[in-house]
This record gives sequence, C-alpha cells and structure tokens, in this order.
Amino acid sequence: MSEKVLMKGNEAIAEAAIKAGCMHYFGYPITPQTEIAAYMAKRMPKIGGTFLQAESEVSAINMVYGVASAGYRVMTSSSSPGVSLKQEGISYIAGADLPALIVNVQRGGPGLGGIQPSQSDYFQATKGGGHGDYHLIVLAPASVQEMADLTVKAFDLADKYRMPAMLLADGTMGQMMEPVEIPEVEARAVDHSWAVRGTNCEREHNIVNSLYLKPEILEQTNFERFERYRQIEENECMYESFMMEDAEYCVVAFGIAARVSKNAVVAARKAGIKVGLIRPITLWPFPKKALAKAAQKVKGFLSVELSMGQMIEDVRLAIDCKKPVQLCNRTGGMIVTPEEVLSSIEKLAKENA
Amino acid sequence: MTTQILIAGFGGQGVLFAGKCLAYEGLFENKQVSWLPSYGPEMRGGTANCSVILSDDPVGSPIVSNPDVLLAMNLPSLDKYEAATVPGGKIVVDSTLIDRKVERTDLQAYYIPATKLAASLGTPTLANMIMLGKMIKETGVVDFDNATEAMKKVVSAKRADLLEANIKALKTGFDYEG
Repeated sequence: MSEKVLMKGNEAIAEAAIKAGCMHYFGYPITPQTEIAAYMAKRMPKIGGTFLQAESEVSAINMVYGVASAGYRVMTSSSSPGVSLKQEGISYIAGADLPALIVNVQRGGPGLGGIQPSQSDYFQATKGGGHGDYHLIVLAPASVQEMADLTVKAFDLADKYRMPAMLLADGTMGQMMEPVEIPEVEARAVDHSWAVRGTNCEREHNIVNSLYLKPEILEQTNFERFERYRQIEENECMYESFMMEDAEYCVVAFGIAARVSKNAVVAARKAGIKVGLIRPITLWPFPKKALAKAAQKVKGFLSVELSMGQMIEDVRLAIDCKKPVQLCNRTGGMIVTPEEVLSSIEKLAKENA
Repeated sequence: MTTQILIAGFGGQGVLFAGKCLAYEGLFENKQVSWLPSYGPEMRGGTANCSVILSDDPVGSPIVSNPDVLLAMNLPSLDKYEAATVPGGKIVVDSTLIDRKVERTDLQAYYIPATKLAASLGTPTLANMIMLGKMIKETGVVDFDNATEAMKKVVSAKRADLLEANIKALKTGFDYEG
C-alpha cells in the first residue's frame, strides 16, 4: 500500500493513468482540466513517455487514434468545448474498435459557456456524441480516489471490450484535493494481435479502419459491436447504494451532485423522511436494473443534476415511468446546495406520501 | 465531528496554500479532509478563497457555503462571508487589513494584526501562516504539534529553507495574545 497523499483530482487522473501503463498523452489546455496536461508534461519525459500539446483538440484526438491503432494505452483530456471538438475522432475510434481513454472535466455550456463545474455533457457522453451507432463506456467519479481508481478501470474496460472509454468528471472533481492512494497496477496480458505494429514480414498486414463501403458488412459490424455492448450492459454496471435498505424515496445523482445529495439525504433522514441515494458510477452502461428494483418499493425518485435535466430521461426509462421522477437541478456552472436538494426531497415526499 | 472552514482574501496572500497546510494537518491526524479552491479567473490582487473540511466521517459536499470557521484576510472577504458564518462559529480577522469589527454577536471573533506581525518577522508573505496559527489556537481543530509536522509535507524539499520561516509564523500566530 502506498501512502495517502493530497492531490487534485486532475493530478490523480494523470498519475493513475501513468501507473496503468499509459505512456502517451495528447491534449490541449483548457480550464478546468489543465492540471492533467501540466502533470503529464512534467512526468512523461522522465519516464520515456510522450507528452504532446497538439495544435488543437481535433489533432490531439487523432493522435490518440494513431497510438490506439498500434495497441498502446493512450489518452487525451479536455473540458466541454474541447470534447465537442474531439467528437469526430471519437466516432472514428469507436468505429475502428480501438481502446483509448478520453477525460472530460466538464464546465458550463453550451458554446464556450463558462469555466465553473457542470454535468451538462451527460447526453453527449452517454448517447454517443459523434455520428453513427456507438457507445462509450462512461465512468463518473465522485471523489479524488475514484478519479484515480476509475482511470485504471477505464483503461481495463477499454482494453477488454476494444472500445473507447470516457471519464466524465466536472470542475469541482478536477480542482478539489482529497487524500488519495494511487493504485499500484499489475501489468495485464492484453491481446494486441489486431494492432498495427509492423509485420516483420511474418504475417499479413493488419488493417485498422472505420470505412465499410458495403452496407451489408457495415450493418454486420454494427450488429457485432452492439452484441459486445449488450454484454457490457449485462456485466459492467457499477453503482453505489446509500441508505436504500428501507428507503421510500430514491435520489439518483452522480459525481459532485451525488456528494451534495448525500448531505441532503442524511439531513432528510434526521427530519424523518426515509430516503436513500443510488449513485451511478457507470453512466453507460446505466444501472437500469438497480433502479428498476428500487422502483418496486419506493414511492418516487429525484434526479439531482447540474444540467437542465439529462440523466432524468434515463431514470424514467430504467423504471418504465412506473413511479414519479422529479428534478432538482442547477446549471451553467452553479452547483446545487444540500438545502436545495433537501427541499426537493421534502416536496417529493409531500406530493407522493 | 465536522468542521467547515473558509479561508478568504486577495490572490497572492497564500489563501490556497494555508488551506493546503490545514488539509495536510487533518490528513496527518487521520481525519477525512477535502480542499476546494475557487478557480475563477483569479489573479494576484483579485479575490480568492478555499473551502477546507475536516471530519471524522466521509466528507459529502466539499463546498463550504456556511463556514464554522472563517479566516478573513481582507475586508471584501469579511463583508461577503460574515453573514454566511454559522451561529456559534468563529471568525479570525487580520486586523492590519480590516479596519472594522465583526458585527455579528452570535459568534466569536478574534483579531490579529497578521500582516503587521508577518512584516516584523521579516517574512511579509506569511500572514497566512500567522492567521492559521491563531485559528488552530482558538479552534483546536488540529493539534499544533501535528501542524508543524504536516508543514514538512507541504513545503517542498526544494524550498526547505522556507520551512523554518513557515513554522515560526505559525507559532507566532498560535502564541499571539491580544
């Protein structure tokens, strides 16, 4: 066990990525994730890795595409406007079935928006984001420790299923410091027989590509990819359940919104309202089964989000609209307070007694 | 037991660094801690603040809106956060830079001429450590001996020459009677 140190969430991502064997980082600075790039700029040259500040986010993601084609662990990071720029490249990486990590430390939008924390890229992250039929594995950390742990997890899942993964954080998670133990990661054997690393004239060329001009073949490729997605939905859902045992109401929140909501859940319990929290850790795959199960016993749900209400749609879908789902939200860089969440819980309980 | 602390002042006064020292002191005592800076387009001379939470339980929201303890290092900070401080809370005021008294009567106020004391020590940039020392004395939120140990973690090896000065400033604040 290594010693606990205080680190910013952004730094924890960077160090955990290095520990996970990521030797190649391409990015472009943008608040509030710049510490990731700064950390990589300092560390990568010392360990023989690559740090490259590209001329734009579009370049950075295509450099990621290149390294991923060769089967090496690779990542990029940005914040909301920069991640929008990367979407074409992300779609290509998904279409070419390559593992890679994209980090989005979200800020308020749309447009250039602001620099304060937000969760309004939920749709973009979980529904594809770029063009075509595809998903990313999307992990949502709610502590600096999870910023580190889920970075490692994201690389592992990306390798396992040969697809890009996204760490969806926000400005608060990136900027805050908490004690963190950077995980020691054992090297895992990964099949790279598909990678383009040179043939030594000993085998046929591998081809990494996302172009399929015959529709029958493209359709078949998408079918096969979605079969993998089905397995992921079956096997890789992660969530935290907090005070749900006897809960009559269920708050659903991820990331910083879940942290704030926990304070409110504890306060509501003190006021006699039996409420619990389900915190999705994977946003895709979304923990549908956990919510469907909760819907069998709770009287109502409250989706707490830093957006105009995006995850709430997945909550409703997961429970087939069997119970009322209300929204408690702030957006544009504003953060919900525990008091706001508490009064929303009280309203939910009153209207669904 | 959870203590929510807000340290606020001008950019350049070492507000974030003081918070980092405090967070490390909490970590040193095996407390749960969080540190969150304001990260707007701050610059030297602008306003800066940071939220530090020390707790025996896992920290929920890391955002301090209603501090138990406020360290006010300039007048705009006292003006802004005095009303938000919880009843029964504590406010430590740098009386060199803030020429008014705390108006609230339902909390404890402490006055220390931190900027002047720092200058007289020959380290005018360490008013932050003097404020922190005074706060530790009045709240007991961490043990003073641990605070000096933790300081060794925060002051980087490259700047080891500044360790003594920081500890001295911390002790000056801690020992201040007035």
